[in-house]
Amino acid sequence: MMRFMLLFSRQGKLRLQKWYTATAERDKKKMVRELMQIVLARKPKMCSFLEWRDLKIVYKRYASLYFCCAIEEQDNELITLEIIHRFVELLDKYFGSVCELDIIFNFEKAYFILDEFLMGGEIQDTSKKSVLKAIEQADLLQEEDEPPRSVLEEMGLA
Amino acid sequence: MPAVSKGDGMRGLAVFISDIRNCKSKEAEIKRINKELANIRSKFKGDKALDGYSKKKYVCKLLFIFLLGHDIDFGHMEAVNLLSSNKYTEKQIGYLFISVLVNSNSELIRLINNAIKNDLSSRNPTFMCLALHCIANVGSREMAEAFASEIPRILVAGDTMDSVKQSAALCLLRLYKTSPDLVLMGEWTSRVVHLLNDQHMGVVTAAISLITCLSQKNPDEFKTCVSLAVSRLSRIVSSASTDLQDYTYYFVPAPWLSCKLLRLLQCYPPPEDGAVKGRLVECLETILNKAQEPPKSKKVQHSNAKNAILFEAISLIIHYDSEPNLLVRACNQLGQFLQHRETNLRYLALESMCTLASSEFSHEAVKTHIETVINALKTERDVSVRQRAADLLYAMCDRSNAKQIVAEMLSYLETADYSIREEMVLKVAILAEKYAIDYSWYVDTILNLIRIAGDYVSEEVWYRVIQIVINRDDVQGYAAKTVFEALQAPACHENMVKVGGYILGEFGNLIAGDPRSSPLVQFNLLHSKFHLCSVPTRALLLSAYIKFINLFPETKATIQEVLRCDSQIRNSDVELQQRAVEYLKLSSIASTDVLATVLEEMPPFPERESSILAKLKKKKGPGAVSVTELEDSKREGGELNGGGDRGPDTAAMAASNTSTPSPSADLLGIRSAAPVGAAPSSAGSLLVDVFSEAGPTAPSAAVNDDGFLRFVCKNNGVLFENQLLQIGIKSEYRQNLGRMYLFYGNKTSVQFASFTTTVSCPGELQSQLNVQTKPVEPLVEGGAQIQQVLNIECLSDFSEAPLLNIKFRYGGALQNLTLKLPVTINKFFQPTEMSSHDFFQRWKQLSQPQQEAQKIFKANHSMDTEVLKAKLLGLGTALLDNVDPNPENYVCAGVIQTKSQQVGCLLRLEPNAQAQMYRLTLRCSKDSVSRRLCELLAQQF
Repeated sequence: MMRFMLLFSRQGKLRLQKWYTATAERDKKKMVRELMQIVLARKPKMCSFLEWRDLKIVYKRYASLYFCCAIEEQDNELITLEIIHRFVELLDKYFGSVCELDIIFNFEKAYFILDEFLMGGEIQDTSKKSVLKAIEQADLLQEEDEPPRSVLEEMGLA
Repeated sequence: MPAVSKGDGMRGLAVFISDIRNCKSKEAEIKRINKELANIRSKFKGDKALDGYSKKKYVCKLLFIFLLGHDIDFGHMEAVNLLSSNKYTEKQIGYLFISVLVNSNSELIRLINNAIKNDLSSRNPTFMCLALHCIANVGSREMAEAFASEIPRILVAGDTMDSVKQSAALCLLRLYKTSPDLVLMGEWTSRVVHLLNDQHMGVVTAAISLITCLSQKNPDEFKTCVSLAVSRLSRIVSSASTDLQDYTYYFVPAPWLSCKLLRLLQCYPPPEDGAVKGRLVECLETILNKAQEPPKSKKVQHSNAKNAILFEAISLIIHYDSEPNLLVRACNQLGQFLQHRETNLRYLALESMCTLASSEFSHEAVKTHIETVINALKTERDVSVRQRAADLLYAMCDRSNAKQIVAEMLSYLETADYSIREEMVLKVAILAEKYAIDYSWYVDTILNLIRIAGDYVSEEVWYRVIQIVINRDDVQGYAAKTVFEALQAPACHENMVKVGGYILGEFGNLIAGDPRSSPLVQFNLLHSKFHLCSVPTRALLLSAYIKFINLFPETKATIQEVLRCDSQIRNSDVELQQRAVEYLKLSSIASTDVLATVLEEMPPFPERESSILAKLKKKKGPGAVSVTELEDSKREGGELNGGGDRGPDTAAMAASNTSTPSPSADLLGIRSAAPVGAAPSSAGSLLVDVFSEAGPTAPSAAVNDDGFLRFVCKNNGVLFENQLLQIGIKSEYRQNLGRMYLFYGNKTSVQFASFTTTVSCPGELQSQLNVQTKPVEPLVEGGAQIQQVLNIECLSDFSEAPLLNIKFRYGGALQNLTLKLPVTINKFFQPTEMSSHDFFQRWKQLSQPQQEAQKIFKANHSMDTEVLKAKLLGLGTALLDNVDPNPENYVCAGVIQTKSQQVGCLLRLEPNAQAQMYRLTLRCSKDSVSRRLCELLAQQF
């Protein structure tokens, strides 16, 4: 199973983190720091896999963002690389050519998409259609729930 | 879907995020965050009740702040409020907050559980999924207690929506992993297994992760999944690339599910049902074939998905380790990848080949890629790929290529990345020891190791070289000469000084004849390094000096002078001072006889598993050690020789004469009445040739098989002897039956009490060999001998040997030893005479590759014709004259009689006197017999 997934920028800013096993906050921070350092130091042509502690790290860079997964000894590296790719495709499809800013400003949506795709560190569904359908339904519910508000109201001035 | 309105939902949140992004410094960011936190806090505490939307917005802001790395200690209650809301988006944000900020606050958990319970029973699939996600994300014990019994029901219920089933399967998996005792599958087992047949591919994909995990833990209950998995896999593999619609990924049908299915099958041995197995082999062949087809797309996603399946299939083939054809094909496929332009594929191929190298079917095929792998070690730009190449070289190493591989690893070490040097050093040290044929090569290799990477040579490595030099007298002179030369270098590593000091102190006399390395030259050389060394090394050197006084009386005055100077005798370090004082005193008051006794050469070290190997295992963790090594360690039984892994520490060196040298013993052992020379002789008989363990069938050091191989070609003799006990053997065999007489002789004058012997057949052997005996008398008087009779029946052919464990009390101490009993498959030979024509006709009949076993090896014993004939006759076969056209060769024939079957065996031994080599070929009607006989015999000549 996947132990965690991290999205971080070239500048070393963490954009998304998903942990599939209970980990203390302090350890999380330490692991994130350590891994970002290792991955960011690697050159473009290097291989996408490395051994780290007792885990295997699979990472790939898309534009300014690194997608980095930690998997267990018996897991398959190549298919994990494609998990990353499929996740990127889902984000892309949802946001329409996704960029780092989309993920920053809509981090909660990114989490929802990831949750529809992976659960407990395992793949829930690989079909792009099924995952997006679930998210779309949720968005429809959102629109039914609340009429759009005016800017003034939003800022507490109305 | 357009990108509209996604961020517009919560403008306040977007504004806040922009603010944070515009902060120029960390301080500014913290200030902005603190302001926001204060604002949110006041809103939450305020009198005015917040509407759901504001609550959602603030909780989201808190979440964002948390994800930036700040601590959040409030807002949980508001989140719980949100997840109890009926509005989907509020619920969703509430669940998200709880999922990310897991908090084991028990009061909250109760509230959360309540909300989850409501959602699970709501029959609203989106709500149910949210609740299941939350359980899977938090995965706490309280949640498992509350829901572990409910979720299996949801999973298998007929009216559950597919999307809910998927979530339920993975939610259950998470709970099973955190609290396996609470998840009881029982009645649900078969329905869960049948999810593999579900119409909906998404359900199968999710369920298979659960089934795999459950199968690992309860293989028997879930074994029906094997045939279902095979048929599902077969349907996917044979489907056209478009059949599976959205589950086809870049023209590869269902790659994730395929990988999962192949992974599930790795929880089980090969299917017993012939039809299922046939279908599976067909699948594996199809996957291997597809790898050779031209790609359907140039996209890397296509090749990744395709190769992910291929690697998983190869893992399964390696796991089965029973289909030589598939193993060799897998190896060839990986061989292609070794030269692929994709770094990822080269990395994975190297990794996967490592496991292939440990399979007997593919070891040879892996070895053919040695040049490519060496090249990878030299030219790969990525250190992690080079690391894999080094691992593979280590795994493919055997006697035939050890010199080449060790040489390459040594030269790589000179430029190797610091991160992998220590491990490389350990590996080189292990290979050099394991596959050494001549020990001077071994000594050279280790000294090179110290020269090239001295800092990374751990204690275990240099302890080990000393153990080996001490235990092998044929290498001592060479070792002394080589360290002497190595120490000539103006700057040499401290580890070299340690090894040099130790070896010259013990064996300097062996090179003292040469005026260029006369005693005084040796001493001056060592002493020139003294002042640059650390305290422990200096202590070791002082011990070497006192040994010099004993070895070379002419150095006495010089050395005493050194010991007497203030920097030694008044050294601020207590250990050094004590040594200087005691050694000085010893050298001046003790007579030469006493000195010679106290400072006698070190006794041989008791044989044990190489401590280096243990260190490598520890370093790499259990998963990383190759299969062969794990098997070595599995064979470890009880400790025979006792004693932990004590290095040749300096105290023991000085105290070589005390019978129980311990690091804490009085340094010189003067006060313990010296039982002169007792220790060396007692340990001597226990010692096995350190290198005899290197063969593939050698057991671990814990079981004494010293005598075992001596009995392959003879039936009577002394199996074991130490200072207490002698064990003699007489045996006779007819057809598939045998009788063995064991004679236990008490060599002491004291009674052995509680004397018990047990014969056991480990593992598989239990069903292959039947050994019966009666217990022996528990008392063996001093000087007496008792006898035990074993009745042996060979049921089918076997490779292991029965173990004889002997326990008794001598004085107060419990003695415990385990020996391999020399019952080998060849004992059940019936000789068969045949003509040359018959012989070669049968030889041709036995021409399948696995029926033949062959070894080429160096002569270890005399190649005299009569000796060879006697051994071959002792083997139990008929030695056939005038059969082989070359009169130098020997051919033999015989039939092995077991209860279940008879195995015909033909043997051919071709000596090459000039090269001092043999080629041994065996062909038997059963391939395991060929292999075993070949192993046994290769060590006899």
